[in-house]
Amino acid sequence: MAEAITKPALERHGLDEEQLRWMLRNMLLQRTLDNRGFQLNRQGKIPFATGSEGHEGIHAGSALAFARGRDVLVPYYRDIGLCIGIGMEPLQVLLAMFARAADISGGRQFPNHFTGRAIGLMSISSIIAAHLPHAVGAAYAMKLRGESGRAVLASFGDGATSEGEWHESMNFAAVHALPIVFLCENNEWAISTPRDRQMKVRDVVEKADGYGMRGEIVDGSDPIAVYGVMNGALERARSGGGPTLVEAKCYRFLSHTTDDDDRTYRTREEIERHRHLDPVPRFERVLVEAGVITSDDVSAMKREILAHVNDVTDRAEALPYPLASDLYTNVYEGTHEPWL
Amino acid sequence: MAVASPSTVMNNVEAVRHTLYEALKNDERTLVLGEDVGARGNVFLITKGFIEEFGAERVIDTPLAEASIVGVAIGMAMEGLRPIAEIQFADFIYPAFNQIVGEAAKTRYRSNGDYTCPLVIRTPYGGGVRGALSHSVSIEALFYHVPGLKIVAPSFPADIKGLLNAAIDDPDPVLFLEHKKTYRLVKGEVPSEHYTIPIGLADVKHPGDALTVVSYGLYVHQAIEAAQRLAGEGLSVEVIDLRSIRPMDRTTILASVRKTHKLLIVHEDNKFGGIGAEIAAMVAEEAFFELDAPIRRLCGPDVPAMGYALPLEEEFMVSTDEMADAMRELVRY
Repeated sequence: MAEAITKPALERHGLDEEQLRWMLRNMLLQRTLDNRGFQLNRQGKIPFATGSEGHEGIHAGSALAFARGRDVLVPYYRDIGLCIGIGMEPLQVLLAMFARAADISGGRQFPNHFTGRAIGLMSISSIIAAHLPHAVGAAYAMKLRGESGRAVLASFGDGATSEGEWHESMNFAAVHALPIVFLCENNEWAISTPRDRQMKVRDVVEKADGYGMRGEIVDGSDPIAVYGVMNGALERARSGGGPTLVEAKCYRFLSHTTDDDDRTYRTREEIERHRHLDPVPRFERVLVEAGVITSDDVSAMKREILAHVNDVTDRAEALPYPLASDLYTNVYEGTHEPWL
Repeated sequence: MAVASPSTVMNNVEAVRHTLYEALKNDERTLVLGEDVGARGNVFLITKGFIEEFGAERVIDTPLAEASIVGVAIGMAMEGLRPIAEIQFADFIYPAFNQIVGEAAKTRYRSNGDYTCPLVIRTPYGGGVRGALSHSVSIEALFYHVPGLKIVAPSFPADIKGLLNAAIDDPDPVLFLEHKKTYRLVKGEVPSEHYTIPIGLADVKHPGDALTVVSYGLYVHQAIEAAQRLAGEGLSVEVIDLRSIRPMDRTTILASVRKTHKLLIVHEDNKFGGIGAEIAAMVAEEAFFELDAPIRRLCGPDVPAMGYALPLEEEFMVSTDEMADAMRELVRY
């Protein structure tokens, strides 16, 4: 895929400069939060973190296409930038990392398994592709109630496309022409299994044909291009045009999680060969060259983000864990006792 | 239930059908989805005619894919609908295991109450109908281990209506088990008014004072028949219909055991790790010194399933004669 990517002159898909700078900020914030998770893990302060380096362009472009207050996001665990991009506060990211009581899941969930009904962010588990039927069900509810102008954005990695529930969800959504966009963030790796061990086809998008579904492919390192494709797909879904499978190509620069060691299955040379795809420095350069932002303003933005992340890190760390007695709440509505 | 309220005699199929119909008619958030529930009206004709009355959007013939029947229903429930999913036969529920155990049962818990999953999964289960290996199983023990789920298995028409209404109203996922042999075998009065029976309450279906028999599903009917025979022999047996498997009614079981001092548990599902094991453990913990005899369990054998051939099925199923023998033995212990 590396050779397929050539950078054209800045195509803005109708985005104004403020929106372009917003995407850059979201990408820089995501990168900083990612780094913070790995730092805190290596410092022994949190047991686990999941990175998303390489996915920032997909997240910024998709989040900008998401209609806040109307659409529903059913993400997966690598979607930190997508979640902050639709309105989740960075403090929530840190509260989840530290597993504090004030985390929306009350410190129950792994980091990056966010919940936020108030912002249209559906709760997920870690089971790959198990969330996709839920996304389809939510889209069905929107359609049944005649809520045009709403759509579901469901995301997953390339590995998820091997799961039965991925297939079942694509099929169900296509049969019922549901308002949903399936976003495959193809980073070439499912933990240690490369794409060519996961599927015979070169591009995930080829699978769309088998469902009678529209498929689109986009350079995930380019947030503007991602916005263009995702905005079109979501608008189509919101206006009764049915589902789309979008494949956004990217590369996973970090190990799967802090508990993984990617040196056991891929070379450092391979990672370096993909370095030019890193969406963060790339988009920074694009915007500076286009005169959308100055280098000084980028530096100031990075300082502001780091100060903010430092602040929410301190605030989250200072807050308490859940109580041991919190283990027992919210099993069912009301009190819970298997024997009555 | 008011004594004088109007009622209709129904079999179990009709009771399920009547209750589903009322739900779809009275609450536009409800819908049914599953394999062949629309044009065919379900393989037992439970939803026959629904698609004409309520439309294909609320009576959904799904693709043949059980994981997504449940999974899509979970998403509908999380987004504010009240889906009633159907797994055509309980034997087909295994592909949906993760969606039930890993997703539906944990939605409220993992989101700390931010999202809930008010979902009903109905499925016919049980044997004695020449259903062979894949149309006869009991599945309750596989699911009753799971906090976050509720499981009911009523087998009288009036109980079906009350508990199905309760399941549909319930804010959490409920697995609703219907013993398929009772579908047309069992008839009874069903009050016409809307009512619910609380999930978790057992019912004494045949009072007695010399032995407590706890059962559910098809075997409740056989146990009552056996108890009636024993009554003719002067032996008094109390039959408790659990109706709900999770949560389960400790109060009714213990009150009976404290009266009879003997306990027999009868279920079609196999014995090892079954519902009876939990009941026996509970009674041993709570009422050990009330017991005048060892607790006995009369259950399915430890084989993967009942075979298609009649002798294999008959060997698997507990007959009414075998129940009566076990009751006599324990009463006289």
